[in-house]
Amino acid sequence: MTAESTSATAAGPGALPASRDAPLISLRQITKIYGSGDAEVRALRGIDLDILGGEFVAIMGPSGSGKSTAMNILGFLDKPSGGTYSFGGAEVDHLSRDQLALLRRNFLGFVFQGYNLLARTSALDNVELPLIYQGMARTQRRRLALEALAKVGLKGREDHDPSQLSGGQQQRVAIARAIVTNPDVILADEPTGNLDTARSHEIMDLLTELNRKDGITILMVTHEPDMAEYADRLIHFLDGRIASDASAEKAAPDAL
Amino acid sequence: MLYEAIRLALQAILRNMFRSFLTVLGIVIGVAAVIAMVTVGQGSTDQVEADVSTLGTNLLMIRPGQPSQGPGSGVGGTAASLTLKDVDAIEEQIPSVMVATPSNSRAMTVIFGNVNYSTTVTGTDTRFLTARDWPLESGRAFYESELRTGSSACILGNTVKTKLFGGSDPLGASIRLKQISCRVIGVLEAKGASSFGTDQDDIVLVPIRAFQRRIAGNQDVSMIFASIRNGISTDKAKADIERLMRERRRIGPFEEDDFNVFDMKQISSMLTGITSVLTGLLSAVAAVSLLVGGIGIMNIMLVSVTERTREIGIRLAVGATEGQVLLQFLVESIVLSLIGGLIGIMLGLALGLLGSRLLSIPFAPNPSLILAAFLFSAMVGIVFGYFPALRAARMDPIEALRHQ
Ligand SMILES: Nc1ncnc2c1ncn2[C@@H]1O[C@H](COP(=O)(O)OP(=O)(O)OP(=O)(O)O)[C@@H](O)[C@H]1O
Ligand SMILES: [Mg+2]
Repeated sequence: MTAESTSATAAGPGALPASRDAPLISLRQITKIYGSGDAEVRALRGIDLDILGGEFVAIMGPSGSGKSTAMNILGFLDKPSGGTYSFGGAEVDHLSRDQLALLRRNFLGFVFQGYNLLARTSALDNVELPLIYQGMARTQRRRLALEALAKVGLKGREDHDPSQLSGGQQQRVAIARAIVTNPDVILADEPTGNLDTARSHEIMDLLTELNRKDGITILMVTHEPDMAEYADRLIHFLDGRIASDASAEKAAPDAL
Repeated sequence: MLYEAIRLALQAILRNMFRSFLTVLGIVIGVAAVIAMVTVGQGSTDQVEADVSTLGTNLLMIRPGQPSQGPGSGVGGTAASLTLKDVDAIEEQIPSVMVATPSNSRAMTVIFGNVNYSTTVTGTDTRFLTARDWPLESGRAFYESELRTGSSACILGNTVKTKLFGGSDPLGASIRLKQISCRVIGVLEAKGASSFGTDQDDIVLVPIRAFQRRIAGNQDVSMIFASIRNGISTDKAKADIERLMRERRRIGPFEEDDFNVFDMKQISSMLTGITSVLTGLLSAVAAVSLLVGGIGIMNIMLVSVTERTREIGIRLAVGATEGQVLLQFLVESIVLSLIGGLIGIMLGLALGLLGSRLLSIPFAPNPSLILAAFLFSAMVGIVFGYFPALRAARMDPIEALRHQ
């Protein structure tokens, strides 16, 4: 894996068979409505968004503006109420739950604000988890998990439980788990939300390195402008819509 | 993947050791009950069959009383007793009968020196040894004169000999039965235990007249053993005896018998019948307990799935399919119930062994039953674990991740 990915250029696309200029991710008029009747909440009101392979995108916006909702849809954890979502050039709207699980397993990595590591489970076992579901043999799994932990700077902490690690270290384990499958995209919803400033910058350096060196596309939600500065594209959400897109002129959205 | 699922299941079960133990208790009890009961039941059936073959299939028992009463029932109700004349008549007038012998029994204490031992004293005659096919180990049988006069001579069963005399020779010694003293003239060969632990060698034989006069104080005969000639069917001999007894007891053509003729097969089938009814009953109890055990597993798996909602969310997020999550929880409940089943099998075998020791019957574990118990507990795990596992597999990943 390393030979190929380290040779990829900064803006290079992922492993998907997408051409260099076709977007890796493409949303058209995506809507999401929670509940019905009086309780109806329109979390997304028509999102058009194209993301190229290798981009580092930061998403900002006030609380309740639909950032997490969009991230869940982008990460195949949730289905939109309307609109079209293409990933790697293929529409994913009609895929089954299990097909979406396979997409998550093979192409995506998640980093959450709350780390979401398995409790009472060693860092190594946590990082191995996605590989288990890929059906990879034990020895190879071990090797890749150790490599991923080394890459996030946790050599020597492999046997520690989450409870024995600091918040920053736990987030590194989560990042190791996200990159162990050599994904095309990392989705990070407020990855530094629970960390102090110094730790936040360390995590951002790590994500930047993964983006620059390994060509992994990164989509990150953040409330902190300092963190958003690491990204090379900044999208503002407001009230379920995209209010501004700092590199809109490059991405050429607008299907209507 | 299956290996991983089993490893995870064991991990989860061991993390909640005490709860897991309580959960499988129902299965343990159910399986243990079935195994113990069937083992003991099979052992006693084997024993009854062995007894029947030692008693001889050609032996009939005649007792006074209504036909509805079993051979195990007490005194023959209001029906007139049998007499020594009946014994002779059966032997002499029925060609299919080889020998007939009276057999009156009573529990009594026998005393030798300062040793007291309570045993069964049976009044009979020499033909008893032929009818029961029971040779002497030492000494001699009753003389005709002893039988006629009812003098106090006695023949000891092997157990009584050992209890009273240990290793020394009892022949010629004088023992006391109640108020009478009696001389030991012979010792029977050891026969071993019979159904439900009665020791056949726990017996003292005295001449029937001595029994009637000095022990019972009447002229009654409470049971007659008749042994059938070789090659003659039990049914024919039985019919012959019934006809003769009806005649002797002046029973009108429309009256019912006031005596019973049993053959050993009848007795054995009755005993095994009782055993199988008991086994069936307890198996029903066991089935209910397995059902309760299964519901217990379902309950704890549902609790477990709810507790681990966030874990399930994480697994789904990193790409577990529905099938993989389902498998994980299903394997967990199967492993749980299999552990219960295994503990139950071991406990059941231990109880069965204990039971057969207490009843002095053979220990008869049944391999196919053990396999069935094993498979059945696996099935309980599948059936009752499926719904909770499905609930885990169908979880919405976002809601699961947001949980707690
Ligand atoms: N499961 C749900 N059921 C009903 N409403 C929901 C649900 N999830 C989100 N919402 C609503 O959708 C809207 C968008 O929520 P979302 O979580 O996407 O906001 P956000 O931009 O991530 O906010 P924050 O910055 O606070 O994380 C909110 O009004 C929220 O209340
Ligand atoms: Mg959010």
